[in-house]
Parts: sequence; C-alpha cells; structure tokens
Amino acid sequence: MSKDNIGLNLEYEVLRNDFTKAGEASSNIKKILTQLGINSSIIRRIAIATYEAEMNIAIHSLGGCITVNVTPKEINIVALDNGPGIEDIELAMQEGYSTAPNSVRELGFGAGMGLSNMKRCSDKFKITSQKGKNTRVNMIIYI
Amino acid sequence: MKLKSIQETLNAEVLTGKEFLEKEVKAAFGCDLMSDVLAFVKEDTILLTGLVNPQVIRTAEMIDVYAIVFVRGKKPSQQVLDMAKERDILLMTTDHILYNACGILYSHGLKGLDLEEGAIV
Repeated sequence: MSKDNIGLNLEYEVLRNDFTKAGEASSNIKKILTQLGINSSIIRRIAIATYEAEMNIAIHSLGGCITVNVTPKEINIVALDNGPGIEDIELAMQEGYSTAPNSVRELGFGAGMGLSNMKRCSDKFKITSQKGKNTRVNMIIYI
Repeated sequence: MKLKSIQETLNAEVLTGKEFLEKEVKAAFGCDLMSDVLAFVKEDTILLTGLVNPQVIRTAEMIDVYAIVFVRGKKPSQQVLDMAKERDILLMTTDHILYNACGILYSHGLKGLDLEEGAIV
C-alpha cells in the first residue's frame, strides 16, 4: 500500500490518567504513516499534533479517542473526548496557560503549550467545546 | 559533535545504545518541559533533561531524537530503558546538573538551537 491509493481510517481509544500508555496511539500512527512513505517532516508534524492531543485527553478529560483519516491529499485528525469541556477556549489556547495538576507537571507536561503546538503543526485547526459537554479538536495537515 | 565525544566530555555512563556512539548531533537542547521539546527541537539534536519517565522517550520518538542525556546522575527504570532500546535511542547519565552539563557541551562547541530560523514546523 502506498499513499497514492489510500483511504485509511485509524481509531485509538485514549484513557483518562493512563500515563503509561499515553503516547502509544501516536507511536502507532507515526509507524503506519512511515510505512506509507509519507514525507518525514509531515510525519513529524502529525506525530507532535497527535501526541499533544493524546496527552491532553489523558490529562484533562474523562477519556476519549483519536481518529486519523488518511487520504492521498491530506491527513485529517480528530481528537474527541467525553468531557468535561472547556469554559474559555481563548484562554486555553494562550501559550503558558494550563490547568494541569502538579502530578502531570512532574511528567514534563502541563506547561500550557499543548494546544498551540497542535495549532502550529496543522494547516487547518479547529477546536470546539462546551462546558459540561465534550471537546473536539480537528486538525488537517496537507500531504 | 559525536555522541562518543559528548559521553567523554560529560564523563557520562551509557545506559543503552552503545552501538550508536559514532552518531553525530548538530545541536543540544536542555529542558524538562516536554511540550517545549516538541515545539522547538529540530533534527540531529541531543536532549539533556532531568526527567526520567516514559514520556521523555515518547517525546523523543515523536521528533526523531536519538540521544538523551539524563543529568544529576539520574537513571530511569528498566521499563524506560527497554522503551529506548526498542526505539534505537541512546541513553546516558552524567553526574553534572543540567546547567553545568549544557555549559560544558557549549564550551566544547556544541551550540543550542537558533530559534530565529523558526521552529521545526
């Protein structure tokens, strides 16, 4: 299989607070995209975007999933969680702003760079959320 | 700078990946914030950090970092060593603190990243 004749859909569940497994989905996605022969700098952007999304779901949400749709033109990533939602998205997007607990900071995360890193890696970035409901991040990266 | 020279300069102990000591890096990045590592590290960069958890290896994997120096004599768990081995990442540990380890490498010609050139992406 090469990237010219693909219509691949990958889906990974991400568990809340499971920091042993967090990163496995992104690691798998990276391996598969490498096998497809996608340009390494694009893979790097996708790996960063999915890894930050995966960590965010594990750290801040009740759990969720990451889906990756690969087409010959683009990679479409959706990170969807089961809540609790973000009250002020603009504030959450600010570099340096974080609500992560100390236990997460000890792992090297929670510096308030996750969402902006995801945005920086994407050609198109959209985040929607409602307090009390879920958060959905959609990232598109052109191949 | 060759990883072997870095090891000798820092008087570091290689924990896994001895076979990669002949590899060379162009720059170094010293940091305990993994999102900063993800945001700014470019290719052929060695990471110096005081963190020894699995997320350090995951972070390195995502951005193709193949060498990590743990400072203050820290050693990771067997799980972390195994993760690094599976991913062909060289790990070493030095007794120097982060600031000194970075300073020693800098004074031996290994520069940091130039953010003026823009982050990796």
